[in-house]
This record gives sequence, structure tokens and C-alpha cells, in this order.
Amino acid sequence: MLSLTHFMLLSGALFAIGVAGVFVNRRHALVLLMSLELILLAVNTNLIAASHYLQDLAGQAFALFVLTIAAAEIAIGLAIVVVVFRSRETIDAEDLSEVRG
Amino acid sequence: MAFQTLLFYLFGTVLLAAAAAAVTLRNMVHAALSLILSFFTAAMLWMLLEAEFLSILLVLVYIGAVLVLFLFVVMMVERHTPTIHRRRNYRIVASAVAAVMVAELGMALLAPDFSPTAQPLPAPLEYSNTKALGSVLYTDYALAFEAAAVALLVAIVGAIALTLRVRPDHHRQNPARQSRVRKQDRLRLTDGRSEPPC
Repeated sequence: MLSLTHFMLLSGALFAIGVAGVFVNRRHALVLLMSLELILLAVNTNLIAASHYLQDLAGQAFALFVLTIAAAEIAIGLAIVVVVFRSRETIDAEDLSEVRG
Repeated sequence: MAFQTLLFYLFGTVLLAAAAAAVTLRNMVHAALSLILSFFTAAMLWMLLEAEFLSILLVLVYIGAVLVLFLFVVMMVERHTPTIHRRRNYRIVASAVAAVMVAELGMALLAPDFSPTAQPLPAPLEYSNTKALGSVLYTDYALAFEAAAVALLVAIVGAIALTLRVRPDHHRQNPARQSRVRKQDRLRLTDGRSEPPC
């Protein structure tokens, strides 16, 4: 029988894949954005599973908000990638280290 | 094994495989397509969790608009950039971090005192997920809903402001100048005789 644990383990594994993607693709801005998307998808799956098994619609409402913010984030992120690509002809994140702190 | 359990394992396998492909494939277009597949499979899982509205929203809005925009940018950028080589030593760190996270989550979730074992009752036939979610969104979370709308507006304006560029060789209208123009700027009265040929 399916339980909340099944879904939470699945979304935990998805979250881990997303975090691993951030590490593996540290240089590629677009794959970084993809990994962020996967992480947010895992969070949403977790929220919806909890909402279903605890019979509380708050989880789905929060998933909707996470979805909204993720869409806004990806729009801004892609715009930044396009701007960076236009000005320097590359999106290698390690080449974007001119500002040194 | 119940049919839903079978579906869960099927979709879960596809979801994890597609997600792993999305972050490891070298070809960026293939990676973006894998990302689309993983989102679609996640939407099917959400359908399994009886979150019909969000599931359809994910397919229509997220895959239909956001991920296709992603694919568009990937195709635009990837044509001009050679493959960025990945360093091998990051892979070890990444696998270690992911393994630790999964192990910790598993320890937490499989603990005996974490036991939300109660199965939810099946929803009645006339239950509408969209209506229920809407009635919650417009009452309890009305303020957060408005804030989310403002966040989307800011994202629209920000994305346009970032990517808008004025090309000097393009002819374009300037509405401010158009509305500022006066009669004497453009109209010249003559006395009715045709001008002598020069």
C-alpha cells in the first residue's frame, strides 16, 4: 500500500539529484537553472503528497505559490543568461568572475 | 500489488531516470527534453495524489510555457558555444552529497515514529479539486495570492527590461516625440502658386 513515506522518499531522491546536478554542472549556467527546477519540483511533490495524506489543502496552495515563484525565477534567470550571452558570447559560469570580493 | 502502487513505481522510475539524464547529458537540447519528461511524469504523480488542478497546471503552464522557453534559450545559446567540459572531480563530491542526503532522509522517513500511515478517504464523486483549491486561495490565502501575482508582474517587467535592447540601425517609433509634435513643425503654408522649377 502506498504511503506518505513512498512519495517523500521519491521526492527526496529527486531533490538529491538536483543538488548533485548543481555540483556536477557548476560551470554551465543553463544546467544550473535546470537543477534548480528539479529541486523545486521535488519540494512541490513533497508538499502535494503531504497535502493528500494529511487531508489539508494548505499544501496544494503552497505548491501553487512555489510554482509561481519558480516561474518568475526561471524567467529572470533565462533573461540574465541571454544578457550575459549577448555581451560575452559564453555562459560558462566560471568565466563570470570579474568582480572579485 | 495494487494498480496505484504499480503506477507509482513506474512513474517514479521514469521521473528519477529523466531527472538524472537532465543533469548529466552533454547535449543541452537532450537535457532540456529530459527535463520536460521529468516534469510531465511528476504531473502524472500529482494526478495520482488527487491534485488534479496543479497537475494540469504543471503540464499546461510549466511545460507548455516555461520549459518551452527554456528549450528556446538552449537552442539559441547552444549553437554558438562549444560544449563546456565538466570536471570529473566534481562528480565524486556530487555523488557523495546526494548519497548523504538520501541516506539522512531515508533514516528520518523510515523511522518508526514517523508514521503517517492513515490512508486518506477517497474523495466523493462530486468533489472538485479546482473548486476546493480556489475557495481556499481566495479566502485564507488571498493576500499571498495577490503577492504572487505582483511577483509575476515584477518578473515580467524585469525580464523585458533585461533583454530589451535598442539597436541604432533600427527605425522605430518614439511615441513621446509623436505626441509632442506641433502644427508648425510639419506644416508649411504657401501662397498657392506652384514653386518655380529649379
